[in-house]
Amino acid sequence: MSTQNHRPNIWQRLHIDLPLLFGILALMGFGLFVIYSAGGEDLALMERQLVRMGLSLVIMFVVAQINPEVLRRWAFPIYLAGIVLLLGVHFFGEINKGAQRWLNLGFMEFQPSELIKLAFPITMAWYISKFPLPPKKRYLAGAGVILLIPTLLIAKQPDLGTSILVAASGIFVLFLSGMSWAIVGTFIGGVLAMLPVLWFFLMHDYQRTRVLTLLDPEKDPLGAGYHIIQSKIAIGSGGMWGKGWLDGTQSQLEFLPERHTDFIFAVIGEEFGLIGSLLLLAIYLYVIGRGLVIASRAQTSFARLLAGSITLTFFVYIFVNIGMVSGLLPVVGVPLPLISYGGTSMLTLMTGFGILMSIHTHRRFIDR
Amino acid sequence: MHDHAAEASLFKRRALFTFACVVILLGVLLTNLYHLQILSYTDYETRSNDNRIRVVPVAPSRGLIFDRHGKLLAENQPFFSLELIPEKVKDIPAVLTELSTLIPLSADEQEDFQKSLKYHRRFKPLTLKNRLSESEVALFSVNRHRFPGISVVAGLKRHYPYNGMMTHALGYVGRINDRDRAALQRNDLWKNYAATKYIGKQGIEKFYENLLHGQPGHLEEEVNNRGRTIRTLKSVPPVPGQDIYLTLDLNLQEKAVELLNGRRGSVVAIDPRDGGILAMVSSPTYDPNLFVHGISTKAYGELLNSRSRPLINRATQGQYAPASTVKPHIALLGLEDKTITAKTRVWDPGFWQIPGVERKYRDWKRWGHGWVDVNSALVGSCDTYFYELAYKTGVDKIANFMQPFGFGERTGVDIFEESAGIMPSKDWKRMRYNQPWYIGDTISVGIGQGYWTTTPLQLANATAIMANKGKRFVPHLLQSIKDSTAKINSPVDEMAPIELKDPKNWEIINNAMRDTAHKKRFKDATYSAAMKTGTAQVINVAADAKYDADNIDEHLRDNALVIAYAPFENPKIVLAVVLENAGWGGANAGPVARALLDEYMLRDSWESIQ
Repeated sequence: MSTQNHRPNIWQRLHIDLPLLFGILALMGFGLFVIYSAGGEDLALMERQLVRMGLSLVIMFVVAQINPEVLRRWAFPIYLAGIVLLLGVHFFGEINKGAQRWLNLGFMEFQPSELIKLAFPITMAWYISKFPLPPKKRYLAGAGVILLIPTLLIAKQPDLGTSILVAASGIFVLFLSGMSWAIVGTFIGGVLAMLPVLWFFLMHDYQRTRVLTLLDPEKDPLGAGYHIIQSKIAIGSGGMWGKGWLDGTQSQLEFLPERHTDFIFAVIGEEFGLIGSLLLLAIYLYVIGRGLVIASRAQTSFARLLAGSITLTFFVYIFVNIGMVSGLLPVVGVPLPLISYGGTSMLTLMTGFGILMSIHTHRRFIDR
Repeated sequence: MHDHAAEASLFKRRALFTFACVVILLGVLLTNLYHLQILSYTDYETRSNDNRIRVVPVAPSRGLIFDRHGKLLAENQPFFSLELIPEKVKDIPAVLTELSTLIPLSADEQEDFQKSLKYHRRFKPLTLKNRLSESEVALFSVNRHRFPGISVVAGLKRHYPYNGMMTHALGYVGRINDRDRAALQRNDLWKNYAATKYIGKQGIEKFYENLLHGQPGHLEEEVNNRGRTIRTLKSVPPVPGQDIYLTLDLNLQEKAVELLNGRRGSVVAIDPRDGGILAMVSSPTYDPNLFVHGISTKAYGELLNSRSRPLINRATQGQYAPASTVKPHIALLGLEDKTITAKTRVWDPGFWQIPGVERKYRDWKRWGHGWVDVNSALVGSCDTYFYELAYKTGVDKIANFMQPFGFGERTGVDIFEESAGIMPSKDWKRMRYNQPWYIGDTISVGIGQGYWTTTPLQLANATAIMANKGKRFVPHLLQSIKDSTAKINSPVDEMAPIELKDPKNWEIINNAMRDTAHKKRFKDATYSAAMKTGTAQVINVAADAKYDADNIDEHLRDNALVIAYAPFENPKIVLAVVLENAGWGGANAGPVARALLDEYMLRDSWESIQ
């Protein structure tokens, strides 16, 4: 590998990856436009979202300064802390909207599951990268334990969306580490076999309703099916070019629920049409592509696995959110990343991007 | 132990694989979006519009009804109600208390309001009080700045300014009920009534419902998910119903009502030149305005059970024995059939017997008329002459001859409430009673009694044909229709005339009717007229028995009838008057006919009106 370009430019010294930053800012800008429309042109709402964006950019910047090596060392303790907090939630957490997800720290409400979202892939990457890759089967047991504890604790809250995201981030680490196809196949088979168990013993009634609603939303058009029907109407009525910014009747006349948070994609589909959706998906694909490029160029297995996992988890957000809003997947509370109004997930995502930037800009430019 | 190069290349392969998966999965999302946004676009667009666009129908205003001279007979009166928009009133109980110092709100009204308030959209107006008086409207208007969110709203209600004067012809409108709705749905007209509350129930209002109703308009409003109107997208104004002019002459109608003075009976006046009905009175009457507002059960029960049956339209539904008023027609048949000639004379000893039968058919004049020919038989209304004529003619011939004069059939007048009356024949009796026809039945028919019944309208119509010498029109109430631009005369429905073998026979009969009129009733009239009276028995008086009006229950007394027309030379008005249980036709119905013809013929403004 060439070593002549030793002098890093200003962005590298700031540990910022410009192509990734460009994608992130494009998404945030797009999001601001849509939130202005979806939020009923509420400037206060815009202001709060802008503050969040600014704050999360700062956090991304700060995290980008941290050497991945530090993360690797602290991964396991943070993970353990996260588990303890999850247990704390389990026993002392605040109940909000029927789910026990928040810890009241006195000065702020805190969702430990968000911490786990970050700490978990780091821990997984740390654990797997200790061994030569592809991992031997015997290490997988440990990985399974690391994966199952937080997933089950979060699922129990219940927060199906987050537990899917957490589990996915762990599975991505295992998959990217080169786990043999046989094990991947066995695992997928196992998950499929678990589905009936999940359905009959672990899922809450409301979750089951959501799945049933997905299959036949018209069965209860004013109740459980209302969200999904209105969302599909919004997207479908957008057509090729959309109804125009601020002119989406489904969203402006409030037929569409949660239009500036989880269902914001329906506003995009309605106001900007298939073209707008395509543009958004293109930006997302660009960000994912960039993330995978960063992962591939990373110099350690830990960094590769972590960067790959963060990038692919980002994709899971996108797929689950758009899938649910357009009626392919049941309704689970996953926001559209970097677009949906709301703070927590944006902070988590931007921390992840900070880690990606850190991985990319802390390479030692040496030959090996 | 770590093979970095191998791990890196393994990772790259896996990363590429996952990237491929990402692209495929994004493709799945896109395919689904393509399906939603392109393939099912029209479907979802429609559903999106269904969500946001509410079509609010707007009722057309009902066409007005005028008499032939343009006097308003049915109008749309504004009425006012008080409405409150809950979200615009901060403290509703306090405001109501304050309001009740201006406009009294009963405890019931307040309670009803509070009740409906609970299930009401906060931004939609809710009626607080119906039918405000004019002074209440004025009082509120002056103080309305004190009551934001409360407003006076105007609506239109049908009103009949002449109350009961022509109820049976005009009919009335009432709230649309389930039966009206079913009928409208059958005729595929229900869609026009989405905003309409009232529909014609009787008379002209019902018959010309389609003309009077008009076409509804609509507003297309954009609404949000709670049904609040955001803006009006489109407004299609309703097309008001057409104004119609009736052939009725208000003054004549008024005079007829005055003359009947609440007595049970009916007057029908027809213009024989086109069949237009100048007056149609059925007495006693009732106030149609009661039905517009919704009549109370008690008041309706009283009307329904009244012994004088005010709800029946006697002019078209009352079936009366025509008695001697049809003698002209029988005589005409005799002449036409050559059973008699103008000179044929009959000896009337005061009774008549079927040859070889003992039973005597009495003439009304116990001592008889002596020698009578057709003219004196009509002028004196000699029964014996007509007993003999009917006996010689036979009932079927009579029935056949009377049919084109409209007896036994609905005239086709433009209201639905009409009866056919009975023109008896041998077949009819067999069908109706499964009994053979007796000669005695024919004898009764000869003097317009027995099974023969007519409505006053039929009687007037048959008289008009007589006066017209065979020219026939379908009697009707509609004169013209006014739409936005012009007044269009409704076509006159003329039927094929009755052709006599000897047209002179018309003269003989009409001359006799003129002589009848001018002999006594119209002796001092300044215009020429023709008439024939009739006295119809309500009960059969036994042979040889004497009818004693004073000793008989009122409802069993004779009906008094008269037919008349004027002027004799070219008739402009034909009348039929029936007074139930009034006694002698000449003495009781005659003055009514004279007064009505005077009213019509002698009015000062006659020329100017024409």
